[in-house]
Amino acid sequence: MTEVVIAGIGMTPVGEHWDLSLRTLAARAILSAEKDAGGLKPQALYIGNFLGSMVSHQANLGALITDNSGLGGIESFTIEAAEASGAAALHMAYLAVSSGFVDTAMALGVEKVTDMTDGVEKILATGLDFDYEGFEGVTPAAQAALLMQRYIYQYGVGHAAFNWLPLLAHTNAVHNPNAMYRKALKPEVLQSAPPVVDPLTLYDIAPYADGAAAVILTRSGLLPKKPVQKPVRLLGSSVITDALALYDRPDPLRFEAARRSVEQACRQAGILPGDVDLFEVDDFTSIYAVLALEAAGFALPGEGTQLSERGHVPLLTMGGSKARGCPVGASGLYQVCEAVTQLRGQAGALQVPGARLAMTQSLGGPASTAVTHILKV
Amino acid sequence: MEIPRHWRLKKQRYALVGEVCPHCEAKIFPPRDVCPHCSGEAKTPYQFSGQGEVYSYTVMNDAPAGFEENTPYTVAVVKLAEGPMVTAQLTDLGAEPVKIGMPVEMVTRRIRSDGNDRGMIVYGYKFRPVMQ
Ligand SMILES: [Zn+2]
Repeated sequence: MTEVVIAGIGMTPVGEHWDLSLRTLAARAILSAEKDAGGLKPQALYIGNFLGSMVSHQANLGALITDNSGLGGIESFTIEAAEASGAAALHMAYLAVSSGFVDTAMALGVEKVTDMTDGVEKILATGLDFDYEGFEGVTPAAQAALLMQRYIYQYGVGHAAFNWLPLLAHTNAVHNPNAMYRKALKPEVLQSAPPVVDPLTLYDIAPYADGAAAVILTRSGLLPKKPVQKPVRLLGSSVITDALALYDRPDPLRFEAARRSVEQACRQAGILPGDVDLFEVDDFTSIYAVLALEAAGFALPGEGTQLSERGHVPLLTMGGSKARGCPVGASGLYQVCEAVTQLRGQAGALQVPGARLAMTQSLGGPASTAVTHILKV
Repeated sequence: MEIPRHWRLKKQRYALVGEVCPHCEAKIFPPRDVCPHCSGEAKTPYQFSGQGEVYSYTVMNDAPAGFEENTPYTVAVVKLAEGPMVTAQLTDLGAEPVKIGMPVEMVTRRIRSDGNDRGMIVYGYKFRPVMQ
């Protein structure tokens, strides 16, 4: 079977882009990815977006964004899987190219959160079970807090055991030009931070921000003889769902969809999770990163926080959602673009030496949807 | 205003009415269309006792729109005596701090007002500590 390759990537800086609209953010990432791919244009565009219809009062993004980005007339529509929307859009692009339905496809993740100055938390809560969670006043941060509280109780760890994750994220983001926070944190600041949604502190929750990231896929046989960039192969792409509501899971501390998604993507790629040179894990909250690391098999249940002492595969190499910033439905494609940057050897001060194999995982809600990709040079 | 939605959900919200699966006898809350245990159709109503214990909890200081008047409020996942878990606010909390494992019972309380001006008040279940 012909391999699917990533021929180009594009990202906007993550931040509060008061002056940029949803469509302009999208166009910047699209044009930048096309340029990176040596002018290659997609025959289909799959758009990962969660909030557009509620925050920007804008649906039908396929028509809007293709028209505004010089791609008018091609196949295009929105894929929504809450915070995992962008990664799910990449899965669609992968299916379209690997099936031979198109020769080139683009996955775009775009999110515009600053069109509203308040009320965004309520809109983000639409990613929960509204009738039975949102209705009770629960938000995405509250769900993470419920899990972290239980984790601390069940496994007898302190809150401080989670601090290495935001610390690592902020340390790496210093050298990421697209990151929202480029200042390292002092461990003391983390230790004295008050809980905002008990037991989560400000440093356990990724900051919502605007951003767009795009990836162009094609098949290896279609690449020019001398491609502009070193092609990165997409060897595995898996989307798995779990019960939407936390209370509906036999053990809420097991991210079952995350586990199965890693398993499926690795099987497609013919690798084991332990083979990867870096893992862009989802750190929307510190507890989710720990549960995802356990689900992927890097630690036993209840031992994920110990990875800082035991040593671990390089994680959050460009700052993760915590410090790069969390452009909600676009974050999954930032992860992929960052992994591609690593595999091409273009990560500068953040370069993981000899990186050849990478895994990315994006979660919608508390792993209600889990999307895993395996990339290789 | 979302009157049809609140009307549709009133049995489960006022009285904690769920279902018992006619095939495998699993107790189910909230009601579902297909039993999560045996995949049979689950349609037989079942009245839960309202007794349970706190599985986990958190305190919301910064409430989403519609809940501002309640802040700060405590949200919990409660494990019902019959097996299933449910997400709900805790109420009537005295000086005693909330603890995981704490026994609680269901009461009907005002949850929030739907819309700002015409203010339809929406009721539903909350859980309070069981007096010991
Ligand atoms: Zn059943």
